[in-house]
Amino acid sequence: MSENAVLQTALAILLLPIVSYVILFFFGKKLPRRGDWLGTGLLGVAWLLALRIFCHFWSVGDPQLRVHGAWPWLDLGGFRIDAGILVDGMTAVMLVVVTTISFFVHMFSIGYMHGDRRYERYFAFLGFFTFSMLGIVLSSSLFFLYVSWELVGLASYLLIGFFFHKPSAAAANKKAFLTNRVGDFGFFLGILTFFTVCGTLDYFELFAKVHQGAIGGALLTWAGIGLFMGCVGKSAQVPLHIWLPDAMEGPTPVSALIHAATMVAAGVYMVARLLPLFDPGALLVVAYTGAITAFLAATIAVVKTDIKKSLAYSTISQLGYMVMAIGVGGAAYGMFHLTTHAFFKALLFLGAGSVIHSVHSQEMPEMGGLRHKMPITFWTFLIATMAIAGVPLLSGFYSKDAILGAALSFGMLEGHFAPFLLALLAAGFTAFYMFRMVFLTFTGKPRDHHKWEHAHESPWVMAGPLVALAFLSIVSAGWRGPADGWFARFVAPYDMERVVARYGDAPAAQVAAVHETAAAHDVAEASGHGAPETHAAPETHATTDAHATTDAHDAHVEHVHHQAHLIAMFLSIAIAGLGILLSWLTYQKGRISAAAALARFPRVHNVLQNMYYFDEFYAATVYRGVLAWSRASGWFDRVVIDGIVNGCGYLTRFTSWVIGVFDLRGVDGAVNGVAWLMQGAGEGFRRVQTGRVQTYLVFVCFSVVLLIFVFRAL
Amino acid sequence: MNAGLEHFLTVGALLFGLGVFAVLTRRNAVGLLMGVELILNAANLNFAAFARYVEHGIDGQVLAAFVIVLAAAEAAVALAIVLAMFRNFGTVHVDAVDRLRR
Repeated sequence: MSENAVLQTALAILLLPIVSYVILFFFGKKLPRRGDWLGTGLLGVAWLLALRIFCHFWSVGDPQLRVHGAWPWLDLGGFRIDAGILVDGMTAVMLVVVTTISFFVHMFSIGYMHGDRRYERYFAFLGFFTFSMLGIVLSSSLFFLYVSWELVGLASYLLIGFFFHKPSAAAANKKAFLTNRVGDFGFFLGILTFFTVCGTLDYFELFAKVHQGAIGGALLTWAGIGLFMGCVGKSAQVPLHIWLPDAMEGPTPVSALIHAATMVAAGVYMVARLLPLFDPGALLVVAYTGAITAFLAATIAVVKTDIKKSLAYSTISQLGYMVMAIGVGGAAYGMFHLTTHAFFKALLFLGAGSVIHSVHSQEMPEMGGLRHKMPITFWTFLIATMAIAGVPLLSGFYSKDAILGAALSFGMLEGHFAPFLLALLAAGFTAFYMFRMVFLTFTGKPRDHHKWEHAHESPWVMAGPLVALAFLSIVSAGWRGPADGWFARFVAPYDMERVVARYGDAPAAQVAAVHETAAAHDVAEASGHGAPETHAAPETHATTDAHATTDAHDAHVEHVHHQAHLIAMFLSIAIAGLGILLSWLTYQKGRISAAAALARFPRVHNVLQNMYYFDEFYAATVYRGVLAWSRASGWFDRVVIDGIVNGCGYLTRFTSWVIGVFDLRGVDGAVNGVAWLMQGAGEGFRRVQTGRVQTYLVFVCFSVVLLIFVFRAL
Repeated sequence: MNAGLEHFLTVGALLFGLGVFAVLTRRNAVGLLMGVELILNAANLNFAAFARYVEHGIDGQVLAAFVIVLAAAEAAVALAIVLAMFRNFGTVHVDAVDRLRR
């Protein structure tokens, strides 16, 4: 595949879903089967094209292969914005993840949404959602990243509120939209900061500028935190995670799409993609935010009884892992976890959707014993559960283990052990609540016989994606950690020397020198030198000239990593096993009474059940603050603005009154006076006209006599 | 005693006065017309008298003859009006016919 072919294919992948959206939006009702085959089919084609790109990158095997095409989009002399497409290993992986999940979600939805009144509109929105997400993945500049970013927000708004006739759904999509807006505000500030200082929005030009020190110090830290705020909003990190559990109001396949491949993955992808823009200070914030999110969300998931809500908190927790992985220098691990998580979380959600579709309830206490009724759903769900819980040989184990190792080595190198400990505890909780979900839903005795009797296995169009995703959840384990698997070929850090040489504005001599070091670096890489590890200690970014000292440092880092990964692996197996054991004892064997445990710590239970009072906290601070501000604005509006307006009104009214009086008394008076005079005179003279001839004659006689006297007098 | 101009004029004035009185006071349209005839004839008397005593011609008498003809025509027209009035209003009292006033 030539570079051009790659770009064209990528463009086709990007445009196919939007074509599906446009056709279904305008003509969906007229198409046979209301066009579901069209949306699914176009996504299938996009999926095949994504696989083609993926295979190309796999066969080339060069982690630094980056195809970058840009076309001028807005050119105003000194100000220019390019529309660009960037395809590299990370993009290829994300393309496959997004199109795979989207394709299966489309397929699953054919069964799940069957008979819905706005069936074709649903598929149109799915296409739009996929298009927006692919836009984020393929964009090569912050500008189009931001545009797609907002489109994803809009698409999620439309899909979360798909059942908008339910008040809860209408509230949930507003909440999602507004919460994201808070994050996007910071994101936008970050973008503006970089644009103002560096004068470009293109990724590589920005990387080169930052690498050459065009921006630094506290400003770089804060700009990075600004960008990260976008991730906090989209990827549902504490404290902006509150929208995600509410987003469960959308149709379940949409939840799968949001949670696995689109939307929430966007934030993680963005931070991983823009890694060179984050300095160690900003990355520390990223690491802590991720770790805290992973822990808090995992604990909440333990007490939730709604199967979808519990899965939602599980997603938040896993997203915390990914974000933390990027923060502690394991961006590739984060992306790896994103990929594996996409498969098993999509599977979990579609499995949950299958269960909900079958029993018409989301409450786990009303389920139980569904194992024999829904064998395919049960087994695939179990595989996904084992994967997310970290059972060895399944994909989740490798990605989570890699992250824990990175966190531990971060702690050993930098002295921040808190992220590792929080993540380790979260891993235990994850294993516990996931198996709790399996036991409550599928095993034991049916708690609601009526629902149990009506339960049935889902049709193949729904079960098929489950099986395929279960297969992927197992197979993606083979991709392994980036350091020793071929995932490294896909998600490699940028070779900054090359980026600077191509996009930077260094003098020519320096560029030549940089080329040499780049070659040397490549040799070092080829000899099994762990490329991704350069991220572990972010300060190594800056040191490009002192290779001798870096090598010694790298050897130390390598050693620590090796150690950390070994320790982390044993610890994670142990704690996952502990979690599963406790869950088994509690919910399968009944040795430990969950109710008694909860009764023992009522306060803890309360805090967890209320999700750490985040919503209440916002209600007390943000909402109340906004309301107070609104009231103040309202008062200002009423008293000052309205006062001015009303004052103008009074003035006008007074002037009008004066003019009116003049009009009424003066002008009308004259007119009426004339009329009145005429009328009075008429009335007076009317009496003379008696209509009797004799009266007239009397007048004539008198007049003649009068005239006689008059003429005599003359 | 010879009758002089003064006597004719006096009779003419008396006739005119009686005619005006009749016209002013009579409610009956026919009576009213009779008053008009008196006035015309008073004028005729004066014409004739002036022709005899002042001018020594026949101008006055010719004029008087014209007035008599005119009076006849007037009487014919006026009586037709009275007839029409009686047909329309059922009365010949002039003060009862005041539709235009109302």
